Amino acid sequence: MSIWPSINDIAKDVKSGKTTALEQVEKSLKQIADKDADFNSVLWLCEERAKQRANEIDQKVNNGEEPGRLAGVPFIAKDNYLVFGAQTTAASNMLKGFEAPYQSTAIEKLEAEGAICVAKANLDAFAHGGSTENSDFGVTKNPHDKTRVAGGSSGGSAAAVALDLAPFAMGSDTGGSIRQPASFCGIVGYKPTYGLVSRSGVVAMASSTDVLGPLTRSVEDSALLLDVVSGKDSLDGTTIDRDEKSYLDFDEDSVKGKKIGIIKEYFGEGVDEGVESSVREAIKKLEDAGAKVEEISLPSLPLALAVYYVVVPAELSSNLSRHDGQRYQYSALGSNSLDESYENSRTQGFGMEAKRRIMIGTHVLSSGYYDAYYKKAQTVRTKLINEFKQAFEEYDFLVGPVIPTVAFKIGELNQHPLSMYLQDIMTVAVSLAGLPAVSLPCGESEGMPVGLQIIAGQKKDRQLLSISKVFEEIN
Amino acid sequence: MVDEKYKVKDYYPTIGIECHVQLKTKTKLFSSVSNEAIDAEPNTLVNHICFGLPGALPVLNEEAVRLASKAAFALGTTPQKFSKFDRKHYFYPDLPKGYQISQFDEPIILDGSIVIHLEDGSQKTINITRAHMEEDAGKSTHPSGEDFSLVDLNRAGTPLLEIVSEPEIHSSAEAKAYAKELWLRMKYAGVSDVDLYHGNMRFDVNVSVSKDSQKFGTRTETKNLNSFKSVERAVDYEIERQIKALEKGEKIVQETRGWLDDKQKTVSQRSKEDAHDYRYFPDPDIPPIVLSDEYIAEIKKSVQRMPEEIREELSEAGIAKATIEALMESSGNEDYVGLVIEAQKDGNKFAAFVANFIVNDYFKLISDSRTQTNGAESLNKLPGIKVFSDVFELFSSNDISSNSVVMILFKFSQGTTGSVNDFVDKNNLRQMSNSGEIEKIVDQVIIDNPKPVEDVKNGEMKAIGFLVGQVMKASQGKANPGLAKDLIKKKIGV
Repeated sequence: MSIWPSINDIAKDVKSGKTTALEQVEKSLKQIADKDADFNSVLWLCEERAKQRANEIDQKVNNGEEPGRLAGVPFIAKDNYLVFGAQTTAASNMLKGFEAPYQSTAIEKLEAEGAICVAKANLDAFAHGGSTENSDFGVTKNPHDKTRVAGGSSGGSAAAVALDLAPFAMGSDTGGSIRQPASFCGIVGYKPTYGLVSRSGVVAMASSTDVLGPLTRSVEDSALLLDVVSGKDSLDGTTIDRDEKSYLDFDEDSVKGKKIGIIKEYFGEGVDEGVESSVREAIKKLEDAGAKVEEISLPSLPLALAVYYVVVPAELSSNLSRHDGQRYQYSALGSNSLDESYENSRTQGFGMEAKRRIMIGTHVLSSGYYDAYYKKAQTVRTKLINEFKQAFEEYDFLVGPVIPTVAFKIGELNQHPLSMYLQDIMTVAVSLAGLPAVSLPCGESEGMPVGLQIIAGQKKDRQLLSISKVFEEIN
Repeated sequence: MVDEKYKVKDYYPTIGIECHVQLKTKTKLFSSVSNEAIDAEPNTLVNHICFGLPGALPVLNEEAVRLASKAAFALGTTPQKFSKFDRKHYFYPDLPKGYQISQFDEPIILDGSIVIHLEDGSQKTINITRAHMEEDAGKSTHPSGEDFSLVDLNRAGTPLLEIVSEPEIHSSAEAKAYAKELWLRMKYAGVSDVDLYHGNMRFDVNVSVSKDSQKFGTRTETKNLNSFKSVERAVDYEIERQIKALEKGEKIVQETRGWLDDKQKTVSQRSKEDAHDYRYFPDPDIPPIVLSDEYIAEIKKSVQRMPEEIREELSEAGIAKATIEALMESSGNEDYVGLVIEAQKDGNKFAAFVANFIVNDYFKLISDSRTQTNGAESLNKLPGIKVFSDVFELFSSNDISSNSVVMILFKFSQGTTGSVNDFVDKNNLRQMSNSGEIEKIVDQVIIDNPKPVEDVKNGEMKAIGFLVGQVMKASQGKANPGLAKDLIKKKIGV
């Protein structure tokens, strides 16, 4: 049982004076101090600013002003969110010591409703990875088993929520980075439709698939947070209009009579038996609740991983160009020329994985290779998008596991980049198509949590949250 | 196939021109920071987007798209319904993101053409390959003798339209005429402030020469020319330099060159051999630009008269070609052409009257007052069409002299207000056009000046001037001199 009530209840208690924002912040800071030393989910504290903001909110309550829907609710932000009050490093030495001069839109929106960022969570440097082992500031351990990874790249955020360090955490998902650690840590991880949440002020990984979302203990909390952070933003040209209804306005009959497609390609060879049986059991529960369940095949799915590992490195190699040692943070001193300064700064500032991906991305965009890699990958991506579109003409939701295994052992895969990339096989297709998807705790295998992935059509976020809410109740 | 007439020594020159036009938006191409960099302190027009901070995303300025769409019509075509932005990668300290946002293979303008007007009166059509939007980089300076460079990012992100011509220009005169015509069109489309001094338009000339009229030679690109004259001179210089080199048996190196205005020569800057692989790809942060038919129709309607139409309309008013060009080329803030076109509604003669005053007198007034008061050009402002029309009426009916016309219009340009007729009366400018009144004075002058009258009778026509002068003097300058002269001749009988 969590020590935190629901987000809505915390805010209600702060507003009614039953507790104060400061008490909530201190409770969260104490949790971090008491519990995180062994797990390393938190990188930096925003202690001073968090307390100051808590006082402001308590003052508002005392003055009878409206402190917002998230009044006094502490949270932890993945360290690729630009936040005041602590450094923003994206867990890379390249950005160590970087004090954000502006805040990300999502943080601004959360703060406007009274939420308080108390700490920054660990991640794979620049969000490159699925285990948080690529962090330049140490691995995050799984709260259920310290010898295992918490997943990634939002591993710190997921572990922090599972450890009860704060009522919720914010993460980012480029190819599974919210869903996979949520699955490994046994919490709810919500990846919204692409463009529904502004990316402004979050260190970019891949522009065309980066999505921000919450990691929570309940579907209702995720829905409330999506309701706060979603919508068009003048600082991000790729944002889209949000649902006209509140995301808390759950559909009745969100399961009964709905058609659910079990993705054939996500079962079979390579999927752990325990994972498969947990997920199949979960699907059975949805069927028992009145859903019509059938198997469906998306023939291009097996190509998604290859497409992902061309398109995403291409974009991130470009997005990381700005880290050149000339304007902010890591800069190699003592270089003899401009070119040398670029080379030394980037060689020393970036870790192995970033360099590996920059090289792949640079290669696939090079003249002579562009058509064979980048262009072809985009063609297949379009095909994949169309297959999903077709599927959603017939089905309301698609389901499958989030990842073929439970959390693996620390050090088990990080010497084998390709095996590590293969872990993403069930999450990347959804990212390439920009669809909303959720990871819901659905059972256990080897004593570790297993997640059920439910996928919906574009902009069907409210419907997806509705079915998730029902699943949570019947599970 | 290059025409024989272009041949210089044994060589056919070929020139293609790329022109960067600064679009006159209030803010930058991808951020809400002001675009007014002229008087700003270095690095004051910079936000997280211009600076390339982590997490900063470009958001397209719709005004830039509107201006570029207008430019399409000014270049004799329509904007593309679909275009997109791409990233062009290279590392340089004045390029904060490590890539420049530009349009690579699907630009907003394709396949335009313009007619250029050469100084010898001939015309020629030059085709435009394409024009694309892109953000400017910052400005780097390298103080001599120092071990550092300085970067000013005020200009980073300024919206540019790069217009690329086909290699259909074959002489420096054509190059100059092309540059001037582009300048006129961008000006009259209202797309740019076209301030050459401040680099609102910069020209890169690609020049090659070849003995074979059907084949291009190796070209050089001379960059960043910011006047019509430097375009002309740089082309001439390159043609001559390349011919000389080839005659000596040397090879032309494909390279980027710079223009030294003080030395009037081009110098090598960078060889194309260390050209980059820019790794262009569609910018995933910026959705493609999709223009609807309604939008394009609305833009088309908003485009004002282009130079071709102005030339045609004003020629019909009988205004001299040189006067028309002077009106169009004037760089002041006032809309001279608009005033003349407005005048044309009241007749061609009136239009010519206004045009001639502006070009022959008003421009002189401006340049005189500029030298006297150190650039206080703003003191002068053309009077409204009503003043012109009142003055024109008085002049046409011989009520005022041509000297008075200029004097009155100058006064009204410098702040005099009220009715022209009152001004004329108050300043005693009304001419004596009543021949009866003048006749009396003429009779008296003939009586008072027998000697000059004799001289006139003996064929010394110069003496008439003296007699007219006497009439003017006696009338206190109010007599119409033409009328006085006619009367004197009549009376003396010559």
